[in-house]
Amino acid sequence: MFAYIVRRAAYAIPILIGVNLLTFYLFFVVNSPDDMARLHLGVKRVTPEAIEKWKAERGYNKPLMYNEAAAGIDRLTETIFFEKSLKLFAFDFGHSDDGRDISHDIGQRMIPSLAIAIPSLLVGLLINISFAMLLAFFRGTYVDVSGVILSVVLMSVSAMFYIIGGQFLLGKLLRLMPISGYDGGLDAIKFLVLPVIIGVISGIGSSTRLYRSFFLEEAGKDFIRTARAKGLKESRVLFRHLLANAMIPIITGVVVILPLLFMGSLLLESFFAIPGLGSYTIDAINRQDFAIVRAMVFLGSVLYIIGLILVDVAYTVVDPRVRLS
Amino acid sequence: MIMPVILWTDALIFLLVAITTAFALYARRKPHLRAPWRHVVCSRPGSMAVVILCAYIIIGLLDSLHYRLALESNDAGAETHYASEVLSALDALVGPLRTQTEKTYSAPFATHLFTRETIQQPEGGQTREYPRLKYGGRHLQNPAVDARADILRRSGVALAQTLTAGLAVLLLITLWQAHRRQQAFTTMLRTILKRRSEVPWLIIWISLSILALLIFLAANLATAYHVFGTDKVGEDVFYQTLKSIRTGLVIGTLTTLIMLPFAIFMGILAGYARGWIDDVIQYTYTTLSSIPGVLLIAATILMLQVYMANHPELFETTLERADIRLLFLSIILGITSWTGLCRLLRGESLKLREAEYIQAATAFGVRHSKIISRHILPNVMHIVLITVVLDFSGLVLAEAVLTYVGVGVDPTMNSWGNMINSARLEMAREPVVWWSLLAAFLFMFTLVLAANLFSDAVRDAFDPRLRQH
Repeated sequence: MFAYIVRRAAYAIPILIGVNLLTFYLFFVVNSPDDMARLHLGVKRVTPEAIEKWKAERGYNKPLMYNEAAAGIDRLTETIFFEKSLKLFAFDFGHSDDGRDISHDIGQRMIPSLAIAIPSLLVGLLINISFAMLLAFFRGTYVDVSGVILSVVLMSVSAMFYIIGGQFLLGKLLRLMPISGYDGGLDAIKFLVLPVIIGVISGIGSSTRLYRSFFLEEAGKDFIRTARAKGLKESRVLFRHLLANAMIPIITGVVVILPLLFMGSLLLESFFAIPGLGSYTIDAINRQDFAIVRAMVFLGSVLYIIGLILVDVAYTVVDPRVRLS
Repeated sequence: MIMPVILWTDALIFLLVAITTAFALYARRKPHLRAPWRHVVCSRPGSMAVVILCAYIIIGLLDSLHYRLALESNDAGAETHYASEVLSALDALVGPLRTQTEKTYSAPFATHLFTRETIQQPEGGQTREYPRLKYGGRHLQNPAVDARADILRRSGVALAQTLTAGLAVLLLITLWQAHRRQQAFTTMLRTILKRRSEVPWLIIWISLSILALLIFLAANLATAYHVFGTDKVGEDVFYQTLKSIRTGLVIGTLTTLIMLPFAIFMGILAGYARGWIDDVIQYTYTTLSSIPGVLLIAATILMLQVYMANHPELFETTLERADIRLLFLSIILGITSWTGLCRLLRGESLKLREAEYIQAATAFGVRHSKIISRHILPNVMHIVLITVVLDFSGLVLAEAVLTYVGVGVDPTMNSWGNMINSARLEMAREPVVWWSLLAAFLFMFTLVLAANLFSDAVRDAFDPRLRQH
């Protein structure tokens, strides 16, 4: 097992190098740092001195790949590629374009992101699995048909309507909870209820439908028939045999997104003004802060790859038939 | 005099239409290609979805015929100049909707503005009141009393028109079917009304009638009132949401058109060739798919913004600028979404190349290119089709999210994303301005729901594993 994980982690390195090169190409070769400076300082009436100053403040005034002016190993290290791209591998994200320490910001903003993401995930899983089991139990009846229609209707609504509608209904009309905002410590709970509810509701449609198909797939198999044939109670068939087997695809689907929970939800966080990593990313995009976007791209890929490795491990844990080799 | 304008996305849409028509003509004569499509139309949700999607597509296509009007000039011999504003066939069709702009917000069917204004009375002194709208309910003498009756009268006219048109359509369908099947008219009518026909004509007829009702209602009411109100700068919200249809469709279809060649070519190549080619292609798509989609799109669009800001001379009109951005958005969405299909196709061709008929073809010495085009490609097309149709609704939804994040379509472009984005602030106003959100919601929801129902029908018809059950 350990050897397998190490091998998988080693396999991830070339992919991360690929991601790194791609972001470097996107951010520094497609547009030179001069272009970025001009965009930030205003395209017209900008002096070359101002551009040089802007670049020097942010460390963009070095050559891209190879520094001819330097000597020895510095020829390779005193470059944008080394400073801005290679250092990402050490999780040294450097400073944002307005001079803040990105690693520190990320560490701080991770907690509010998780405070939304984890409850939404758990509550959502519980509700979706229950609904899906209910539909699978009543399969072929009107309950099932209307449930499937309802989930198609629910998944046809954009997440933004859920958010705006929920904010309006629960926050503004009924005044049950604050519309947006965040507070430290336990006070945060009252700000988190609404986003979690909306996060759960917006996911019900698609997940219920997907999980229902998992249940139905297992329900048609021989071991279920055997379980019924030997006279087991329907509840025992449902929970002991059906649920246990349908959980395999559900769990692996959840595990792959677990690490990405750190990144937070772009929409929920920005609509509810929660200082997590999702709103951090959106703010960076709107302020055109390239350093942060670059850091988040890299971080996101690392987390995604970790998720892929976790899935393989999870398979062996939940499904003894699968052996890693 | 008009000058046709063909934007980049227009050209690609026409290309897509040409490809689809060519395929449809080809598939007409092949029973094995026709059968699954018949299955789609014969399913009740499928037939309903087809009607709705067709309505959207017609509006989208009309909105893709762009032109510029000639400016009037006094001396006859002079070279004609064209207005800088690019219009579309849809603009010509809805006519007054585009030009009838008020001062600022007004509610649906309102005759007065949404906000108070200070008005100078003729006898001196000032009052603060809600002024009359310039266009909404302009024909009414006494709007407070007459408006309701007028709206009811117009709705009644629309209903009467719908009934007439609906009966005419039913007559035509029955006549046509009776002629084709060599049956008596009354027998055919009974078959249709009792839902015994193979194609669910009753459902199609009902959907068409509802559609007709909506169109007649719009035709009767939208010319005299703002049926969905007006937005902050007084533009008709109904017009905006009609114009947004094209944006949604372009994102949903062009993305697919752009990604398909990549995904099909690379996926089949990887599965068929194996070895180092497979390794390289797998590495490429794993790398691309490991970057979270939104972030990759954000990074690329940011770079496009930088490029556009530094090269303003490349774009003649704002519409062209917005159009290029829309095209790039489709390309980038295509780059981020081809990986899933590519992976599926690779797996399928890995399986297929071991199949006996392909082994046989190889043993007979058939060329690789021939094997791929004759034996593998037709056998993976159902996967391609299912993925394409499934992706469509997701892409329409993604447009709204991306636009909100700031990396979607151009802010000057009509799109549901932009409408929702502005509605966010309007919902915080007191009293609430809700109609932009409602209009965007209704139109977007209908399209996505129809697309979802359609994709379910397509999957049921084309997925051989599902057909066995």
